[in-house]
Amino acid sequence: MIRKILTKLALGLAVAAGAVGGAAAAEGGYPLDFFPQNKLTEMPSLQNGARIFVNQCLNCHSAALMRYNRLTDIGLTEEQIRKNLLFTADKVGEPMKTSMSPRDAKEWFGAMPPDLSVIARARNSQHGSGADWLYTYLRAYYRDATRSTGWNNAVFANVGMPHVFWEQQGPRRGAMIEEIKEVKDEKSGKVTGMVRHVVTFSETGVRSEKTEPLSDDAHAHTGSTIKLGRAEGGTMNAQQFDDMVGDLVAYISFMSDPTAQVRKRMGVGVLLFLAVMFVFVWRLNASYWKHVK
Amino acid sequence: MDDTINPPDPSRRRWLAATGVAGAAGAGFVAVPFVSSFQPSERAKAAGAPVEVDIGGMAPGELKRIEWRGKPVWVLRRTPEMLATVQSVDAQVADPTSERTAYPTPDYAKNPHRSIKPEFLVVVGICSHLGCSPSEKFQPGPQPSLPDDWQGGFLCPCHGSTFDLAGRVFKNKPAPDNLEVPPHMYLTDTRILIGEDKTA
Amino acid sequence: MAAEKQVTTTGLLGWVDQRFPLTSLWKGHMAEYYAPKNFNFWYYFGSLALLVLVIQILTGIFLVMHYKPDAAMAFASVEYIMRDVPYGWLIRYMHSTGASAFFVVVYLHMFRGLIYGSYRKPRELIWIFGCLIFLCLMAEAFFGYLLPWGQMSYWGAQVIVNLFAAIPFIGPDLSVWIRGDFVVGDATLNRFFAFHVIAIPLVLIGLIAAHIVALHEVGSNNPDGIEIKAKKDEQGRPLDGIPFHPYYSVHDLIGVTGFLIVFSYVIFFAPEFGGYFLEYNNFIPADPLKTPAHIAPVWYFTPFYTVLRAITEDFLFWWLVPAIALYVILVWLTARTFMAKLVATGVGLALVAGFFLIDAKFWGVVAMGAAVVILFGLPWLDRSPVRSIRYRPDWHKYVYTVFVVAFVVLGYYGTQPPSPAGNLISQIGTLIYFGFFALMPWWSGLGKFKAPPERVTYSPH
Repeated sequence: MIRKILTKLALGLAVAAGAVGGAAAAEGGYPLDFFPQNKLTEMPSLQNGARIFVNQCLNCHSAALMRYNRLTDIGLTEEQIRKNLLFTADKVGEPMKTSMSPRDAKEWFGAMPPDLSVIARARNSQHGSGADWLYTYLRAYYRDATRSTGWNNAVFANVGMPHVFWEQQGPRRGAMIEEIKEVKDEKSGKVTGMVRHVVTFSETGVRSEKTEPLSDDAHAHTGSTIKLGRAEGGTMNAQQFDDMVGDLVAYISFMSDPTAQVRKRMGVGVLLFLAVMFVFVWRLNASYWKHVK
Repeated sequence: MDDTINPPDPSRRRWLAATGVAGAAGAGFVAVPFVSSFQPSERAKAAGAPVEVDIGGMAPGELKRIEWRGKPVWVLRRTPEMLATVQSVDAQVADPTSERTAYPTPDYAKNPHRSIKPEFLVVVGICSHLGCSPSEKFQPGPQPSLPDDWQGGFLCPCHGSTFDLAGRVFKNKPAPDNLEVPPHMYLTDTRILIGEDKTA
Repeated sequence: MAAEKQVTTTGLLGWVDQRFPLTSLWKGHMAEYYAPKNFNFWYYFGSLALLVLVIQILTGIFLVMHYKPDAAMAFASVEYIMRDVPYGWLIRYMHSTGASAFFVVVYLHMFRGLIYGSYRKPRELIWIFGCLIFLCLMAEAFFGYLLPWGQMSYWGAQVIVNLFAAIPFIGPDLSVWIRGDFVVGDATLNRFFAFHVIAIPLVLIGLIAAHIVALHEVGSNNPDGIEIKAKKDEQGRPLDGIPFHPYYSVHDLIGVTGFLIVFSYVIFFAPEFGGYFLEYNNFIPADPLKTPAHIAPVWYFTPFYTVLRAITEDFLFWWLVPAIALYVILVWLTARTFMAKLVATGVGLALVAGFFLIDAKFWGVVAMGAAVVILFGLPWLDRSPVRSIRYRPDWHKYVYTVFVVAFVVLGYYGTQPPSPAGNLISQIGTLIYFGFFALMPWWSGLGKFKAPPERVTYSPH
């Protein structure tokens, strides 16, 4: 009986879910790449990431909830931290504050760069994990001469952050933004057709636009897509660059949730103990109830 | 318990014992995180971290004050005359060889000059009576609240306890103990780390 | 010496028993409290709710040792607990998972009451205490959610407190009074902290004690819905009853262990649970100047939030007014007393007039409240001749299934941003939800019922 009800329940839910499924996909954004998860447990990657973070990110961003001595969790000694990484503090027990003042930040960038202590957890979404977002974001810059920094970003449109790693990835990268829109008659409000509006950025960021009408039998859907060109002229090739960014994002993920690995190890032990406990409790119960008629 | 539906049963007893033992162990495991959370947090440990002092630029007779764990720590660069007075007042101090254990003196300070290097005295600047901070009285000779044969040392303004230039309390004073020597060590000839020593 | 109270126990226990009803309490509530022997899986959730309460209080106490209820320090203090306090992360995850677990357990516990008729005479008061506990639990969760001071905390509180501004005349002033400020701020945080940490827990504990006392006074219901006290042996013990201790104390250990396995899996391997238990937006510190793109309440509030959103002007005029009219006609055709007809007509007219005079936002709040409060009426809405779903007509089971599906669907749409399809489905779901209760006096008595057994259905194992 319960099984019948549960099947009906499942069917009902499936119907409801199907009705909504369409909506989520259309919303989208730039599709996120998968961050290489294995780096989260590789000490060399995490340590390299820490080095990059302290050298390149702490100039503008703070990670005020992260203490320097927490880096001992990724295999560094306090002495190593003190000698190589202690940039914005005097003692290893202190947190990673930034050297930039909020007033300077407002003047130079329009806003204080956000604190990155828990950024990998904050950027989780149904489109991908926070690490996926960061990994894609840091590699999705393209040239845009109309922006004050000379760069724009496919994941975070019109971002105020400059392309910190332009030398490694390359100073030249183009992009094409294609938008398919409906054309509405101003007076009647009725849809009279579809157009494709394309904005192209050359490898050096020169912007050009083109709009062309679409025929009805093109069966196009409204929406916007960005295609990025290949980055050229960097000191690293694509694979080396991806690897470097991967290390940095691995470190940022660690920073956002330092106890993640400890937690999982402990969880295995807890579940094993509870499994044994369950057997004991089940047999104990049976030993009492076998006498009940 | 109603024996008519529950006769004595050895298997039940076994399972009760097994569950009881496992349950007690489980309860112990569960208690660990809660009890541990009372321990000083990383923030508390960071605030109480050892402090480095640079003694390179100190003049003879100069006293430097450093804060460690919320307490004032004095580093005094003693002149040869100051060191000489330390030996001469042995009979007047209450605990000349620092045997008392209320504020145990570390082994490296159980010597006539109560320090690692004779020239530099490192003590916590808190009177062992009720916690006021004594004042410097390095000038020898008669002064208010001080005996006529005063050779130099410290005077606590609250209740009149006096200490010599090795931080030892004089006899018949309210303070019962010598000034505490904090754990410390020399990183180099000119840098002292207060809060940590080689025995730790 | 005056006559001493006679007790059967001796020694230290005897000394205590002469001064405090320790042994008699133990007997009355554990060793000689006779519960039906045919409890099934659905009967685990009461003791599990008690377990989760203990977990929340224990972890809550330890969190308060380190948390700072100050708008400038709250967010950082939570991360301080996660990083700097030894095992702070574990205590925090236990508390956040426990909050969601509380609602899972309580919803399933209420569902048990629904299908087995546990709310019916003479257990109406147990049910009323339970509904009050549910209300307190929702308030406790709402106040607690502001404390981490993340974006979701802040804006969720802002939206919900603004709901009170919809009340005519007193609304805006009431909102300011609740907040202690013109927007959610430090004053709001501090008072919500006081409510969450001590005020509501005290009320909750009192209500839970009353809930259990009322239960023990009458005795538990069972899946067959029959009264085990109707058949007793020579010593006055119910034939189908067994002492709670040791039979159910041991039995409940299975439920506890099974629950802890699921609970621990979530804590150690998926504490965020896809963003439902720890919402992603809440890892961004509260920013009064930046509203997040989607504000949704935590999952356990979403069914009621969807009801709130479903009440639009169109819904009021084109759906509710006809529905109310039809309902009043139904009452006129079938009610036995003139009073009932009068009341129905009066309320109906007042509501319809209200729909025209006060805007939909207010009625949304009313509907959301009504969706919870209507639960209180269940003992009097149910007119079935049998208690348990086991002996009702088969098609009743489909009615319950539809109700559950509607509740879950309402919950799902509460997590999504508004959309035309979503709004329509929410409105249909709202009608189904209220229809289930409002029409219950009629449909619960319809159909061919089976005769409940004389003795409980139980097979030895």
